[in-house]
Amino acid sequence: MTEVIAVAGLRKSYGTTVALDGLDLSVAEGEVHGFLGPNGSGKTTTIRILLGLLRADGGSVTLLGGDPWRAATALHRRLAYVPGDVTLWPNLTGGEIIGLLGRLRGGMVAKRVAGLLDRFELDPTKKAREYSKGNRQKVALISALAADAELLILDEPTAGLDPLMEAVFRECIEDEARAGRTVLLSSHILSEVEALCQGVTIIRAGRTVESGTLAGLRHLTRTSITADVARRPDGLDRLPGVHDLDVQDFAGAGAGGAGARVRCEVDTGNLGEVLRRLADAGVLSMVSQPPTLEELFLRHYAAPGRGLPGNAMEGVPA
Amino acid sequence: MSSLTGTGALARLAARRDRVMLPVWIYVLTIFVVSTGYSFKHLYKTPASREAITAGIAHDPATLAIAGPVYGSSAGALTAYKIGAACAVLAALMSIFIVIRHTRADEEAGRLELVGSTGVGRNAALAVGVLIAAAANAAAAALITAGAAAVGLPAGGAAALGLAIGCTGLLFAAVAAVAAQLSGTARGARSIGICALIVAYLMMSAGAAAGTSGGLRWVLWASPLGWASEVRPFTGDRWLVLILPLAASAAVAAVSAALAARRDLDAGLVPPRRGRANASRLLRGPLAPLGLAWRLQRAGLAGWAAGAAVFAAAFGSIAGSIGSMLGSSPAVRTAIARLGGQPAITDGYLAAMMTLLGVVVAGYAVSVVLRLRSDETADREQLLLATAAGRLSWVGSQLLVAGAGAAVVLGTAGLAAGLASGVRAGDPGTAVPRLIGAAFAQLPAVLVVAGVAAALFGLLPRSCVAAGWTALGLAAALVVLGPTLRLSQWAQDISPFTHVPRLPGGSFTAEPLAWLSAAAAVLAAAGLLGLRRRDIG
Repeated sequence: MTEVIAVAGLRKSYGTTVALDGLDLSVAEGEVHGFLGPNGSGKTTTIRILLGLLRADGGSVTLLGGDPWRAATALHRRLAYVPGDVTLWPNLTGGEIIGLLGRLRGGMVAKRVAGLLDRFELDPTKKAREYSKGNRQKVALISALAADAELLILDEPTAGLDPLMEAVFRECIEDEARAGRTVLLSSHILSEVEALCQGVTIIRAGRTVESGTLAGLRHLTRTSITADVARRPDGLDRLPGVHDLDVQDFAGAGAGGAGARVRCEVDTGNLGEVLRRLADAGVLSMVSQPPTLEELFLRHYAAPGRGLPGNAMEGVPA
Repeated sequence: MSSLTGTGALARLAARRDRVMLPVWIYVLTIFVVSTGYSFKHLYKTPASREAITAGIAHDPATLAIAGPVYGSSAGALTAYKIGAACAVLAALMSIFIVIRHTRADEEAGRLELVGSTGVGRNAALAVGVLIAAAANAAAAALITAGAAAVGLPAGGAAALGLAIGCTGLLFAAVAAVAAQLSGTARGARSIGICALIVAYLMMSAGAAAGTSGGLRWVLWASPLGWASEVRPFTGDRWLVLILPLAASAAVAAVSAALAARRDLDAGLVPPRRGRANASRLLRGPLAPLGLAWRLQRAGLAGWAAGAAVFAAAFGSIAGSIGSMLGSSPAVRTAIARLGGQPAITDGYLAAMMTLLGVVVAGYAVSVVLRLRSDETADREQLLLATAAGRLSWVGSQLLVAGAGAAVVLGTAGLAAGLASGVRAGDPGTAVPRLIGAAFAQLPAVLVVAGVAAALFGLLPRSCVAAGWTALGLAAALVVLGPTLRLSQWAQDISPFTHVPRLPGGSFTAEPLAWLSAAAAVLAAAGLLGLRRRDIG
């Protein structure tokens, strides 16, 4: 599979402020890739370098096989971009802007525009100054989705959309993925990334801290378990990878008349051993919750300065 | 809760936001008066030398039309004549910018919505804008008084000059408060305020050029800038005239409050209209970036062309009758003969007006070029630059529209001046091509100033807005004030307008125009090269 975006060791400083400090990002052809990071972590700077608006200080960037600084306009014919904070020309109508951007990208499908205007419920005759934030975003989204682009770069594209429109957006992105287009989706809405993306890159302070497929990343996280067992399990507290263990005896109405409720968080890699011990203790009922992207996210950002692995897949310190 | 609750707190916020801008404005106003007063006190020491300039000015409608009437030959009277109108215009501009900034601009940006949701009255922001502007004008009046007195001018006259300038500023603060209710955008509101100022200037100019006995003298009394000159600082100090701007300020401010009570948040009194559902052929054509630049600038261009046409028609129509307005005393006749007779006076007046026109059109061109920077800081150009449109086509299109737009404004003004003066003289066939040519002669100098702005945008984007307007101000000041302040020739030569042949009437040489055009091209190229290498945003 070819790489549509290949970024390695990317650096960019503004004066003494370091915005990007050795960032890596790889997006394969046909993939919908999530690009996550807290505010100010360097997502938008990275995207602007990918678009050739900023010049990188160091590292290598390849976009659609070309150098985004040198070959900006040639590459731009093959991609469509939706900025995070859409500002439009206030005295042009939405329809005029969609037509203009389509023309400047080198073509779009008129029938698709009509369909998208309908799906996103946008009135194209209004002047841009009258649009709300969400409607401005729709203008940029419609013009991007109507373009015949190989790559979509979306910077928090749903931040101003209501839940109905967000659902429409998801359908549209799923259509794009089926059509074989590559999507780089920078987002804060983790459920959206989980629903749409195959691969994810998480950055912090200008560096990549996690990167891989969503399934692969789940291995790095903990599953939370709540189990009622017939008797206290042995040695759970001594097992590696078990966190926040809480065992409470209870008097139940079950066969033994008594038992214990076990609550714990388990590193996904150690799940087998924990389940064996629980089974030995006689499981009466059990609820387990798979790790969410949110937990993954929070673990990296909740405690700044702690546990920052240099290499992406090395694992998460306990 | 009264509609003015929270005005105090908001005023403190506004003062905090303006803590750099206001002192700069006030300092510039003061320094203009003080330096002019100082030069008249020290460059023209003998009464005879001052009487000679006064006589020269009083008989030259061209000069009177630019700076307003002159009433005496003391150093104070000459200072009030030379810089009074300019400072009154600056004070008015300061007021317009302050008021719009704290009212319509905040409303458009959504800040007033946030503020309005707190314990702040409906009219508090409007009151704050006017209050801050009033305070700034009061401070300017006080400092001008102190500064002029400090360089040795009579204290009474100094106070009259300071108050004449400050009261003009106050009146335009009220005008801007009305403009902020009329237009839904800060840009539109500022344009309305500045248009009102231009009309006031044109009326003052026509009234002053008509001379003390001319039939058009009443026009002077219809303009707030005329009131400022009719206070006659240092030559009578007519304090009662100050009642006019003060009463007008109160009346206009009351109108603005009444209008504000009749509208919703974010709405202007001019309702927004629907537009096209699709891009026109212009925006879908092969030159789409150029089409966009034209689409964005055309309304502004139409406004500027119309304004310049009115301005040119006004000075064109009075040009022919200027000699006769001066009266027929023997002294006047000798003065006219010395200046080259009636036709030479008319031409001299028209040439001076053409210089002024060039400066104004350069202002238009600079504003179009610097629009690039405001688009960049608002991230508007990002959508464009993420398409196949390159940086050069983005900026090149805008520069092309700026240059062509300046040519259109100059051409329209030349045509209007030619028609107006030609019809009055009964010979439009000669006057029209002559004045269109004279207006076009300003184009290379206009392009140089626009080129400076373009070079700054490419090479020093962060400071290009301030530096671009400063360059225009410098070019204007050197050509307008240079000769009177007896600046050395090399200093006057810095301004591109100094090199333009004085047309009509003067001898035409193409060489300086070719050099100016080359300089403009080099500056624009430097800007484009700089832009190719720098970060955007």
